[in-house]
Amino acid sequence: MNRLRRTMLFIPGNNPGMLQNAGILDADSVILDLEDAVSVTEKDSARILVRNAIKNVDFYGTEILVRINALSTEFGLIDIEEIAKVKPDALLIPKATEEDIETIDAMLSDIELKEGFQNGAVKLFPLIETTYGLENMYGILKKSNRIVGALLGAEDLTADLGIKRTKEGEEISYARSKSASICRACRIDAIDTPFVDINDMDGLIKDTLKAKSIGMTGKAAINPRQVDIIHKAFAPLDEEIEYAKRVLKSAEEAKEQGLGVFSLDGKMIDAPIIARAYNIMEKAKHKGVSV
Amino acid sequence: MKLINKINRELPEYIDGYGRVKPYDGIRTNLEYKIRKQVSVRCEPSKNKLLESIKEVVEKCGIKNGMTLSFHHHLRNGDYVVNMVMDEIAKNGIKDIKVAISSIFPVHAPLVQHMENGVVTGIYTNYMSGAVAKAVSKGKLHYPAVMHTHGGRARAIECGDLNIDVAFIASPCCDTYGNINGVDGKSACGSLGYAIPDAMYADITVAITDNIVEYPAGSIEISQEYVDYIVHVDAIGDPKGIVSGTTRITNDPVGLKIAKMTAKIIEASGLLKDGFSFQTGAGGTSLAVAAYVKEIMKSKNIKGSFAAGGITGYLVEMFEEGLFKSLFDVQCFDLRAIESYKNNRLHQGMSASMYGNPHNKGCVVNHLDVMILGATEIDIDFNVNVTTGSDGTIMGGSGGHSDTAAGAKLAIVVTQLTRSRLPIIVDKVMTATTPGESVDVLITERGIAVNPRRQDLLEKFRDLNLRVMTIQQLKEIAEGMTGIPEKTEQEEKIVAVVEYRDGTVIDIVRKVR
Repeated sequence: MNRLRRTMLFIPGNNPGMLQNAGILDADSVILDLEDAVSVTEKDSARILVRNAIKNVDFYGTEILVRINALSTEFGLIDIEEIAKVKPDALLIPKATEEDIETIDAMLSDIELKEGFQNGAVKLFPLIETTYGLENMYGILKKSNRIVGALLGAEDLTADLGIKRTKEGEEISYARSKSASICRACRIDAIDTPFVDINDMDGLIKDTLKAKSIGMTGKAAINPRQVDIIHKAFAPLDEEIEYAKRVLKSAEEAKEQGLGVFSLDGKMIDAPIIARAYNIMEKAKHKGVSV
Repeated sequence: MKLINKINRELPEYIDGYGRVKPYDGIRTNLEYKIRKQVSVRCEPSKNKLLESIKEVVEKCGIKNGMTLSFHHHLRNGDYVVNMVMDEIAKNGIKDIKVAISSIFPVHAPLVQHMENGVVTGIYTNYMSGAVAKAVSKGKLHYPAVMHTHGGRARAIECGDLNIDVAFIASPCCDTYGNINGVDGKSACGSLGYAIPDAMYADITVAITDNIVEYPAGSIEISQEYVDYIVHVDAIGDPKGIVSGTTRITNDPVGLKIAKMTAKIIEASGLLKDGFSFQTGAGGTSLAVAAYVKEIMKSKNIKGSFAAGGITGYLVEMFEEGLFKSLFDVQCFDLRAIESYKNNRLHQGMSASMYGNPHNKGCVVNHLDVMILGATEIDIDFNVNVTTGSDGTIMGGSGGHSDTAAGAKLAIVVTQLTRSRLPIIVDKVMTATTPGESVDVLITERGIAVNPRRQDLLEKFRDLNLRVMTIQQLKEIAEGMTGIPEKTEQEEKIVAVVEYRDGTVIDIVRKVR
């Protein structure tokens, strides 16, 4: 069964207190960060800290990702060597290219064999944050079966484009739509870029709803206080839940009567609408709705 | 001979400088008929109550060796009054004074020298922090300090267990005939609830003010009928230390997580409905609980009855939005609370006795639905320590902790599971402040434990998906993170006696090594 990934919360890899508490912050996934959050002089110590945290801390079932350093840096390969041994759920690969994914996939297979892990146990998330990455996204995603989602990184992407990053986010509409569509085509999760003003909760809601409306399935968070807000934005509306319940009930009745297609409130209900109703009810479970 | 009280604390039968020990015997015992003390009143209708200086006050009141002087703590860490009075006492060569201060703060550090010089030999207080607390812990006070609860102090004063010779009332506003309020003037602190029993039951009551106004004062909280003398000074306190500008909700993600869990527990308890009553402290996590409770109340259109205790701007906001019908205010924590207390008739003052005295005809805590409490340590019997730190040094005290825990239908302790790399849950708390019998639920970021006495709650919380477990299991999680700390050894000397609200002894504090 697919994991629910409405939120992926970044946790600095050099902060023991936050690493210890990463599993209690209600995010669906946490990203233990060895890249941007950690200065060059602390890369080694943060790697050790994150490795030991994965080994020893109870994350209460929260999905654990580690953002390694880019393979183009001197730290990337060592990060993979050290971190894969403790079997995080996934690695997040900055500025991912096809070659990076191929290299990492092979390295992980070796490590998994040596450590006695099941092949493919460690999943991958490419971080799409360059124009190259965006325009070659489908090819990148198809390079490994380990890939279960992709994260759009709008800060680096807009820097690469040489354009201004705004709160409204019009400048990343294309990137969002493209990411969402390609991820859907690959049947993986499309995770939206974080909203960086941690004190603007109204802005966060608007930004999340915008991402949701074009097909993003989750959003990265850079502060624990953003988690609840994002979950609320991704939760189905009460009226959607009610409608989905009625659709499923009618579908049951139609099935008993041997009908393939039926109508509800004068509208035709077919397989895609029933599938969407199931989907809504799955998400509703996390809103505390009994199904 | 040794006594064992109801929570298995070993106590001496008699403590030098304290007297015979009445062992704690449960939260609802010792409730028979009570007699209030008689108060001597000097009636002089034409007396000019205004005195020139504190020196003249000392002379007129006949303060002498061995007396008990009382003070309130509404000026908190901005208070000048305790130090200015005690310095004058010392200058006059007076010794062996017992000071009864409702709470002691770092600003009261000069008391340590008075302790060393024999000027101060006893302390009665509900809470102490800073240099005085450290000095008491090190055995520098001649007699053991007596630690009351807020309600217990009012009880002790009313029944004469704590006899006050002279009460000094720091007064932000006082008229020329002794009518006092806390809302006007540069040292405004709001409610004067903790000072009321002192004013009513002391043999002599003195108002010390930096804001003397013409008779009659516009608002009267402690009236002329209780006040013997008035003295004007330049300043009774430093406004910066008296109240916070604003009190803020925590930004700490762990604190917020605990607060969110707490709000869910309150909702699941069934108490969060029309007529709901609530008390919480001014700490960031407590305020966050209030914020989450507010969200639920608004979404479900719940109209509460009252919020009580120390009042913050946040509770005022909830009150003004119609979520509570009234506020009962023993102490204002910030400027917004003072403003509201001054201007809104339904933001009502309450004395320490009305707040939590178990031996009057009914105190406000008895009507509380939910109380949010803190803890320095909690043990597997749910006994809570808010008196001493992990090394045995005094760093707090009950304040209203034990009173509200005993009164509230649902007393919730909220705390992080570990602090400074130490587990908060222990086999036996170093000092018992509040008995486990009065604590219903412990909420930490990693799980919730319900007192086994409250099976009814356990049933309600079962399906909440909030990691409800036994306190023993939670303790093991904490110890898994921190290891088991070594026990701290104390010396034999008793430095403080911790009284439960009814005057029985729940624990003692021994000298730190």
